Amino acid sequence: MEEGNTTNAHEDSQRVTWEGCSVLLDVNDGDRFVFARLTTAATLSVGSYQIPLGPLIGRPFGSLFQMRTGPDGPFLIEDQSKASSDSQHTNGADTKENGMDWKNNQSKDNRALNDTNTAQNLQHSDIVEMKREGVSGDQIIEALISNSSTFAEKTVFSQEKYKIKKQKKFAPKVLLRRPWARSICEAYLKKKPVKIGYLRFDTLSLMLASANVSGYSDVLVVDQTGGMVTGAVAERLGSTGNVCCTYLGLKSYPIDIVKIFNFSPDLCSRILQSPLPVLSSVRVEDTQILQNPVNSIPSEIATTNSLLNSTPSQVSMTNSPLNPTPSQISMTNSPLNPRPSQIPITCADIVKIDVSSRQSIPSPKDHLEETSDCTDMNLKCTDKAFERRKVSCNPGQNATQARVNLWKERGFTSLIIAAPNLDLDSLVEDLLPLLTYSAPFVIYHQFLQPLAVCMKKLMTSKIAIALRISEPFIREYQVLPGRTHPFMEMNGFGGYILSGIRVQEIPES
Amino acid sequence: MQLIFCALFNDQSFDKSTRVTRKILTNPKHVNYQSNSLRSPAKEKLIMFGLAGGDPRLSFKRTIAYGDLAIVYEKHEIMRPIIVTPNAELHNRFGVFMHNDWVGKPFGSRVLSVKGVQGYVYILAATPEIWTLCLQHRTQILYLADISLVIMYLEIVPGCLVLESGTGTGSLTTSIARSVAPNGHVHTFDFHEQRAQSARADFDKNGISNLVTVGVRDIQGEGFPDEFQAKVDSIFLDLPQPWCVVPSAAKMLKQDGVMCSFSPCIEQVQCTCEALASQFTEIRTFEILLRHYEILRDTGATSEMESGNSRKRKHDPSSVNDSIATTTTVFARPCRFAKGHTGYLTFARLKFKSS
Repeated sequence: MEEGNTTNAHEDSQRVTWEGCSVLLDVNDGDRFVFARLTTAATLSVGSYQIPLGPLIGRPFGSLFQMRTGPDGPFLIEDQSKASSDSQHTNGADTKENGMDWKNNQSKDNRALNDTNTAQNLQHSDIVEMKREGVSGDQIIEALISNSSTFAEKTVFSQEKYKIKKQKKFAPKVLLRRPWARSICEAYLKKKPVKIGYLRFDTLSLMLASANVSGYSDVLVVDQTGGMVTGAVAERLGSTGNVCCTYLGLKSYPIDIVKIFNFSPDLCSRILQSPLPVLSSVRVEDTQILQNPVNSIPSEIATTNSLLNSTPSQVSMTNSPLNPTPSQISMTNSPLNPRPSQIPITCADIVKIDVSSRQSIPSPKDHLEETSDCTDMNLKCTDKAFERRKVSCNPGQNATQARVNLWKERGFTSLIIAAPNLDLDSLVEDLLPLLTYSAPFVIYHQFLQPLAVCMKKLMTSKIAIALRISEPFIREYQVLPGRTHPFMEMNGFGGYILSGIRVQEIPES
Repeated sequence: MQLIFCALFNDQSFDKSTRVTRKILTNPKHVNYQSNSLRSPAKEKLIMFGLAGGDPRLSFKRTIAYGDLAIVYEKHEIMRPIIVTPNAELHNRFGVFMHNDWVGKPFGSRVLSVKGVQGYVYILAATPEIWTLCLQHRTQILYLADISLVIMYLEIVPGCLVLESGTGTGSLTTSIARSVAPNGHVHTFDFHEQRAQSARADFDKNGISNLVTVGVRDIQGEGFPDEFQAKVDSIFLDLPQPWCVVPSAAKMLKQDGVMCSFSPCIEQVQCTCEALASQFTEIRTFEILLRHYEILRDTGATSEMESGNSRKRKHDPSSVNDSIATTTTVFARPCRFAKGHTGYLTFARLKFKSS
């Protein structure tokens, strides 16, 4: 049954990269994540080098590449050595025999260590020379070790750490990964959390589970996480079901991240958008509204702005000078407006900036540049060729009137709200009636108060039951023989989730 | 058959066949309900609850029918699964309910007691999440936070082929089944014949038997069956000595496939990680917990202490309404009872073998 169905055939073809496919590059075992489109012209910056990504095309996901320097500059070559190809855990296995004996392995320590910067006899010029000669990274590391006067004095663990540190510098590794909801979310959280509303992947998974997203679902989404939620929902839909992104105001919220998933054109066509007034309005037969949503809902502009300005969470945050005027919204949302002089902020970004104390103002870039923003300073994907190319699938089409009518008749089967800068109360009141009875919903928020207020209202109005506010806690562990403990650094807050089930209203008495 | 969950609350307007409702038919409430209801119960309806059993036709069903598995939500977190049976009665603290009255109504409806306490319940369609909360434990089960992380990390999407051992009570299996539907499949193994039998019965009740095959096999001793070699997208292990199964798991996985092992003790995790190191990469261990919050409803009553669904009670909803209307502050705090530990989740991805 696993063979021969379309989903799996499609899936299997996705286990090997192709030209134009979206990939996640894991550099040095999770040190850095880079999203890239594989084209022959695409390059990856490591330090001062531009490494062509061409060799990665047509390779299976999971392949590991190592940087080498040749006469034509640095290039990536598939790593054949199995031994050095792994993260801390393999290194742990390398020292397994020591690990078993870890209680007695503490004879060495750092009492004789003096940080005088004289331990290394190899000069910078020597290394440069070696590189020029095309000496491999591993050999440079060997040379560094043999020229270090203190290496032998180190404990096994500390020798390991030293090697890893040098490997990252002189023999960077690039691991080819399929972009999935989890990896995309994790990468964004690391590099550009504001874009996805600080959504942690465990929170995201909790939302999908609580909202019961699966094939045949019709999921209503308010997504101000740049498409992270929408993409994760679509990933769970497979070959059936729809996701509808709804929005207030003139312009839909950006869902660029959806394009990082390698969705089939069919799946993209089931990622739809529809303005809230259209979904909420009484059933209409003509298609006029959808053809011209902007003109048909002029009153909505004012509503949106008042909502934005009156959001309690916003008041409690910074007194932002960035509150949008209607003209700003329409202007900044225009995709044909790349002039850098204008401040290109979408509605979605404004409050996120507030939340983050205005860390950075997002630049007016399209999806691919956005994704390259996810890289860090010395490692950037500079795929100019692809930026100009249109991605073949185009998610986020307007829902047809027929589809909207169907939703009205049947109701959505779940609702996910991830909209930190909208007034939750009125939003929930507007959205819940669009759900069928017994449909679950989840609301994600960075702050507890709006959810608590919302929960109290819902308890009173009795249109929802099984209401619960939860906060996930996740902790990752370093597991090594004799050295198992939680990681020193962790993400301490993943946001709050209000979940519940929409039920039949109590008739008014 | 469909799984339905019932929730207990008070609503009169539905019961056309009972004395209670006859009174209400003359009541404006009833009219009100009619006008509110855009969703006619007579219409066939896409049931989303993922438990479509791989048959799309089954999913176009939204009203309660005889033979459906319903779950009764009595009050906060108290739910009970029930098979809707002709002429059967449900007795609970909120009164006596007739199954016959529920038939033909949409899931999510409120139904009223006909005798005893004048109470109500809600009848909900089932989701794996609700099922996890109300199923009968035969073993220790996995809960929402762990389940959701496992599904996401194992990259389980429609069409996937997934192996699981052991089956246990089937809490996770139900969620995996939802995620692989409509065209994927879960093969779950338990060495306990009777437990496998009960799990099968549950999956059948839930309408997911097309998506799940329960095998009786000692996976720890024998490994997974060879027929799955290199065909499997993801594997989940919940075994006392998962490290014994790691070589077999590596054999079953497709290239780039992911596996997960759930163990309560860190020593188990230690051994598993050592076993994983040779054939797997990206080995990561997590602990995930949920903290729940309660809010202050009115003087002294929190959401946790939510009183039941009696139509006559001291804390009348309307009075709560009034007090809420006058208060602007909402108080929230973490619940006192929390799970301190469930288990460690160790994930690993099959290392790429270049041929």
